[in-house]
Amino acid sequence: MGAHAWIFLILTIVGLLATALWAGSLGGRNPFDQTVYEDTIVKFGVTASMFWGIAGFLVGVIIALQLAFPNIMYFEQLGWTNFGRLRPLHTSAVIFAFGGNVLLATSFYVVQRTCRTRLAGGLWPWFVFWGYNLFIVIAGTGYLMGVTQSKEYAEPEWYADLWLTIVWVAYLLVFLGTIWKRKEPHIYVANWFYLSFIVTIAMLHIVNNLTLPVTLTGSKSYQLFGGVQDALTQWWYGHNAVGFFLTTGFLAIMYYFIPKRVQRPVYSYRLSIVHFWSLIFIYIWAGPHHLHYTALPQWAQTLGMTFSVMLWMPSWGGMINGVMTLSGAWDRLRTDPVVRMMVVALAFYGMSTFEGPLMSVRAVNALSHYTEWGIAHVHSGSMGWVGFISFGALYCSTQWLWKRPALYSLRLVEWHFWLATIGILFYIVALYFAGILEGLMWRAYNEYGFLEYSFIETVEAKHISYVIRAVGGSLYLTGALIMAYNLVRTALGHGAAAEGTRPVEAPAAATLQPAE
Amino acid sequence: MYEILSKFAQTWGLGFFVLMFAVAVAYALWPSNKEKFQAAAHWPLDEGEPGDE
Repeated sequence: MGAHAWIFLILTIVGLLATALWAGSLGGRNPFDQTVYEDTIVKFGVTASMFWGIAGFLVGVIIALQLAFPNIMYFEQLGWTNFGRLRPLHTSAVIFAFGGNVLLATSFYVVQRTCRTRLAGGLWPWFVFWGYNLFIVIAGTGYLMGVTQSKEYAEPEWYADLWLTIVWVAYLLVFLGTIWKRKEPHIYVANWFYLSFIVTIAMLHIVNNLTLPVTLTGSKSYQLFGGVQDALTQWWYGHNAVGFFLTTGFLAIMYYFIPKRVQRPVYSYRLSIVHFWSLIFIYIWAGPHHLHYTALPQWAQTLGMTFSVMLWMPSWGGMINGVMTLSGAWDRLRTDPVVRMMVVALAFYGMSTFEGPLMSVRAVNALSHYTEWGIAHVHSGSMGWVGFISFGALYCSTQWLWKRPALYSLRLVEWHFWLATIGILFYIVALYFAGILEGLMWRAYNEYGFLEYSFIETVEAKHISYVIRAVGGSLYLTGALIMAYNLVRTALGHGAAAEGTRPVEAPAAATLQPAE
Repeated sequence: MYEILSKFAQTWGLGFFVLMFAVAVAYALWPSNKEKFQAAAHWPLDEGEPGDE
């Protein structure tokens, strides 16, 4: 807490000084010129996403190695390198730091263009960007120091939560303000998806973090809810973080970046509206499937399961809508690895949204829950769906923001694509195997009615899977490093991104239909 | 209190949500909205400039 107070103080002074210096250097120029889009902040967001992505994947590889080689990767003298501290650092870094910055950047990019107006709120978008990243730093350093409220995906303590609440309300107001200024009466569907993400995360964050600090100068706090109420609130939060952070936010990316990259209209705009509302109406009820066979009343467990199964339909409707947007441009799958990346993202979305309902069924959950199957499931969703659609958006937006005719090297995108795809396959196949194996071992009885295996035997049986998982994660990280190199060279205008090179999209653009 | 609340949620609450969802679907399928949606489906294709109609 003391260290965090100093970070807050120093960054406040730095922020105020930077704002004063910036204002002094303007010399009569209008920094909020309403005739141009605010793209600098999107560039910052793209850069931050790249940075946090690599940091988060790297921590993931480290903790995978810790599980595979606990004797080598355990440092007694360095408490902060313990698996228990690094694991939330990994999850928060990839979900909130990487995913969050991708959503901030792309939402600012998309809302301006689909509303045909500059971002609202003057300097406030910058407050949102820096404030959000400050939250990430406070949360991440807190985990390393052992500051946590021990709720999954909601580990940050009360003061970090309060800060995020302020930042998030500012984000909501900036987004709403921009929509308010739009030039068309209709609000484009991607903005609906972004808006539902912002509003729902605000609600989930506030309710799940209703805590009472022990003292105002200490980091420890206690939940207002206790027992099963706390558990239900936590998984109502946890599952909707998946639904509204990792799903609707990234579906907004799908509904803008895929049509734009392939220069084809959204396959069925009507379906996109039904897709949106059915996700909204169904997702929010699915959380109790995390609490099968617990003290939660069984009707609530059944409710969670039923709604999870119903979710399959809108999820696949949305996936089909995204894939079919390529109608008339299927060749882009072969020629443009960025498009292929986004379509493979949709394939993983389809896979994990089929698997999720399956796992929510009580009988399946009895086998899968608490095993590596769950880890395999979230990584097929996060690395495959969220990761790939984000990489696609980062490739596209870097090229478009820096106004480059093409990416520095499509060959390097191919390398990224295949390394990451093979990495995911290594990862998930190894952990599906480990998960089902350990689930079956846990429930095996011998002829006398005793449990067949001790816990350590199940851990030993998973060793080889853990090693393969670490290899898969390393491949994924390598792909991301290649992407970072490619994006930096693209922004600098090297290779095919140099001025005057023939744009890759030229043939597709020629067949473009008029927008109105 | 629990009985009253859960009874209310399982009848009127359910009916209310079904109705709201039906309104959303009707909006999506309403014939006169067709043109507007077809235009919107093309929006991402062109960046435009701030202030464009």
